Amino acid sequence: MGNYNSEYIEKTARIDKLKDALFATPPQVEADRAVLLTESYMKTEGEPIITRRAKAFKNICEFLPITIRDNELIVGANTKMPRSCQTYPEFSYEWLESEFDTMATRKADPFYISEDTKKTLHEVYKYWKGKTTSELALAYMAPEAKLAMDHDMFTPGNYFYNGVGHVTVQYDKVLAIGYKGIIKEAKDQLSSLCVGKDDYVTRSAFLKAVIMSCEAAVTYAKRYSALAKEMASKESDKARRAELEKISQVCANVPENGATSFYEACQSFWFIQMLLQTESSGHSISPGRFDQYMYPYYKADIEKGAITREFAQELVDCIWVKLNELNKIRDAASAEGFAGYSLFQNLIVGGQDKYGEDATNDLSFICINATMHILLPQPSFSIRVWNKSPHELLLRAAELTRTGVGLPAYYNDEVIIPSLMSRGLTLEDARDYNIIGCVEPQKAGKTWGWHDAAFYNMCRPLELVFSNGVDKGVQISIKTGEISDFDTFDKFYDAYKKQQNYMIAMLVNADNAIDVAHAERCPLPYLSSMVEDCIGRGKTPEQGGAIYNFTGPQGFGIANMADSLYAIKTLVYDQKKFTLAELKEALDHNYGKDEFDADTVGKITEKVALELASKGQTVTESDVQNIYNAVKKNVSSDGKSARYNEIREMILAVDKFGNDIPEVDAFARDVAYTYTKPLQNFRNPRGGIFQAGLYPVSANVPLGAQTGATPDGRYAHTPVADGVSPSAGMDKHGPTSAANSVSKLDHAIASNGTLFNMKFHPSALAGKSGLESFVALVRGYFDQKGSHMQFNVVSRETLRDAQKNPDKYKSLVVRVAGYSALFTTLSKSLQDDIINRTEQGSIS
Amino acid sequence: MNTTGRIFDIQKFSTHDGPGIRTIVFLKGCVLRCRWCCNPESQNYAIEQMNQNGKIKTIGRDVTVKEVMDVVVQDMPYYRRSGGGLTLSGGECLTQPDFASALLRCAKEDYGLSTAIESTACAKYETIQKLLPYLDWYLMDIKHINPEKHKAFTTRSNELILENAKKLARDAKNLVVRVPVIPTFNDEESEILDIARFAKSLGTVEQMHLLPYHRLGYDKYVGLDRDYPMGDLKTPTAEKMARLKEVAESVGINVMIGG
Repeated sequence: MGNYNSEYIEKTARIDKLKDALFATPPQVEADRAVLLTESYMKTEGEPIITRRAKAFKNICEFLPITIRDNELIVGANTKMPRSCQTYPEFSYEWLESEFDTMATRKADPFYISEDTKKTLHEVYKYWKGKTTSELALAYMAPEAKLAMDHDMFTPGNYFYNGVGHVTVQYDKVLAIGYKGIIKEAKDQLSSLCVGKDDYVTRSAFLKAVIMSCEAAVTYAKRYSALAKEMASKESDKARRAELEKISQVCANVPENGATSFYEACQSFWFIQMLLQTESSGHSISPGRFDQYMYPYYKADIEKGAITREFAQELVDCIWVKLNELNKIRDAASAEGFAGYSLFQNLIVGGQDKYGEDATNDLSFICINATMHILLPQPSFSIRVWNKSPHELLLRAAELTRTGVGLPAYYNDEVIIPSLMSRGLTLEDARDYNIIGCVEPQKAGKTWGWHDAAFYNMCRPLELVFSNGVDKGVQISIKTGEISDFDTFDKFYDAYKKQQNYMIAMLVNADNAIDVAHAERCPLPYLSSMVEDCIGRGKTPEQGGAIYNFTGPQGFGIANMADSLYAIKTLVYDQKKFTLAELKEALDHNYGKDEFDADTVGKITEKVALELASKGQTVTESDVQNIYNAVKKNVSSDGKSARYNEIREMILAVDKFGNDIPEVDAFARDVAYTYTKPLQNFRNPRGGIFQAGLYPVSANVPLGAQTGATPDGRYAHTPVADGVSPSAGMDKHGPTSAANSVSKLDHAIASNGTLFNMKFHPSALAGKSGLESFVALVRGYFDQKGSHMQFNVVSRETLRDAQKNPDKYKSLVVRVAGYSALFTTLSKSLQDDIINRTEQGSIS
Repeated sequence: MNTTGRIFDIQKFSTHDGPGIRTIVFLKGCVLRCRWCCNPESQNYAIEQMNQNGKIKTIGRDVTVKEVMDVVVQDMPYYRRSGGGLTLSGGECLTQPDFASALLRCAKEDYGLSTAIESTACAKYETIQKLLPYLDWYLMDIKHINPEKHKAFTTRSNELILENAKKLARDAKNLVVRVPVIPTFNDEESEILDIARFAKSLGTVEQMHLLPYHRLGYDKYVGLDRDYPMGDLKTPTAEKMARLKEVAESVGINVMIGG
């Protein structure tokens, strides 16, 4: 038993009511923010950009409609309706405008938009032509990088279209000293600056913008205080009136001042979290170590007897509901990649503190309870695990896993801490890490990590090896030689590495262009008030104000590439079963999957001819010949499909990654290095380095659709492997073997995070012994230096039924990849992918 | 380490046949022919062919203790964390006593693993004794108390088995009684009660497992070109199993449904 109270606390009726209200209306697009932003921008033409940003933020905070919903204890909403979204035209708007008429009916993450809103936004967007970060980024980008991007070699769409987000701010600082304290700090800086200093002009403009933004946040909270007071005066229910009066008091004090109670700390936290997502459209604004920075306020109140544990639980539950209220619209393609309306607000508990002691406390368990109570995708809930994590914490986490909510994700301190130190973090900062978004570790309040900087598909450079750098008839990459030149496997592999290196350079160029565009067009003064050392350096994070700077694009398809290259080595070079040319032909014909032999072509021809005849047309001999030729051209492979299929069968029989076979796993480790090692040699404009992540979010489905057949036997346009997980269905020896293989990759070098997804049938976790085995599985994987693990615990039958009867499963949550989402909101193809992932478990 | 034996499968991440996370090694050959057997390919010692999803698969291979242990120890991190280890199943591991004993000895003495066997105990007691020094958990099947009925459904009478059970109760480190619950054979309350009473009378049995009949072996009979002896018999309902559990518990023994 540790030094904490872990006793379970029941949820209150209020929480169910709040949760029901969330889903009462469909998500919709609202226009207010775009209007207020544009109005301010029009008035500030010619002023410094940082000043314009602060003034726009101020205008939004002063006039954005505010609302306090029924039953709320924690207030603050940036839309009138829950789960609705504002728009952010300063980043991009054209895609949005062009999708006005399809967004309500699209497959992934639909949004309702009224005709009035469309009209208002059309009007507003006129202003933004030529002024967005997206347009500037494109102007900066090298033509060859743009070409590679147009050919889907990588997709930096996230920051190309939107704000960056992906940050954890100094919540602790605002809770402690309030914005009043931060304003004072900025004013002190300002008064210490000498007017004649070289960078006085930019520094002073920046500091004034920070001050204005903090004041705006305070104004916003005071509006809520006033609204609550007014509502209280009209409230007939005595209990609710008291609640509203309390809300009014709390919002009058925070976030302007330091929090004096746990309630104030909760409300202050929420204003920060919500306003950051009003300032910019970036997602993955992650609360981080909530159980740590909230604990002093909880502890003080409990010790004083000022609150009960039950009330603390209710407040935390209220925050959890609010985290699901925020929403954001993405373009249709990105919506597929980030499906499930997810904002990836990652919140993590447990692990060690900066001194290396275990940090588990009462709130760690209260957070687990909260996730158990609401069973919704936000926050993206995570647990830090290390050798001294209390067994009880992991058992409780396992119980949560067993609910099938896909939470929590498990992270391994023993890998992540040294990994971050290898990137220049101090020991204390590394120990204090939290996770951003899906799986990206960083130190809160000091980092501008540009995590999630692009999706990089490791399968595509292999296609370029076969085509000598040509894609769809265009030379988009370097020439690495005709396949006939590769008389040894090493030469072939070398060509892959060269294609990879070239594309990595293109990716870096694209990311850096976008990075600069954000610094120039959308510096964020409000965010800057809570990231060290922006105030000291007089710069926003985008301009290099943060202590730690990174860019982290994520590679995926490692399992496909490891299996592909290993199959080529084995079958083409070692055993000489077929040639590269034969393999290329089989790949070009998608292993003959949709093609037919001469006999079938004959039958189709006959059918077409008879159909025409039945419609009264005369079908001559030469017509039949023409039909035959046409059919043949479209569907036949000249009888070669049998051979293509044979090649595929041979490939499938070769050993695959995910089965604990040392030789294959060592090979996979090396293949991962072809991405992770070259990338770390590049630098971003903020003075930081590039660091690889190995995770796909849910992009392995849409980006798989852009990828032809691969030499691991994968058919064209089907999903590629998910994260560092083995290819779907290729791990045939159960979860421990899969985990052993995955652990043999070098997780530490992928310091932007790795993602290992495992799907369990609930039966695998049945009973206390099931939970114990599950915890042992996580521990065993982590002992071998795996970095992250997450689980889907639902039966195939449940998921199939949910596909057929979405109404019955409106709140069914599954783990997609690095985050949880509502299953019924995912596209059919992603649903199928989830169903088809190997279902791990044991039947006896 | 060079002792050889014949196995037909190795299954990792088993959590139902002994404590913790375990690897089960399935040895080939059995002395009984239980009608409900879900691993019919385990019964003959001879290597045979089975049609699996349209593909012919060879069932059975001869391996050394070292070859098996190389696979078993791949999951060492999970055994350490869970207190798990090696379970021998089959078939009946007592039909290959030297191999079984060598495997258990290696697991216990060289690697310090928890060891278990899942066994009918239908063998000379001297044979069983060879294994006991290296064995933590004896998961012993007791299918019926009535010798005739036992013989009718398994081809062998149960006297030797029950006799061995008494000795094992005295000699084995941990003895668990497992009962496959088979409709038409032993699913009457009185039948389960008789087994529970017998188990209780052994004195040292702490746990009894009731394993509900399942039909997962059906495809294998088809693949071996054999008739499925159970016809279209249904699996027992959850309610039925719960009732039988209560009956068994009435004698004062811990009962679990499933392993």
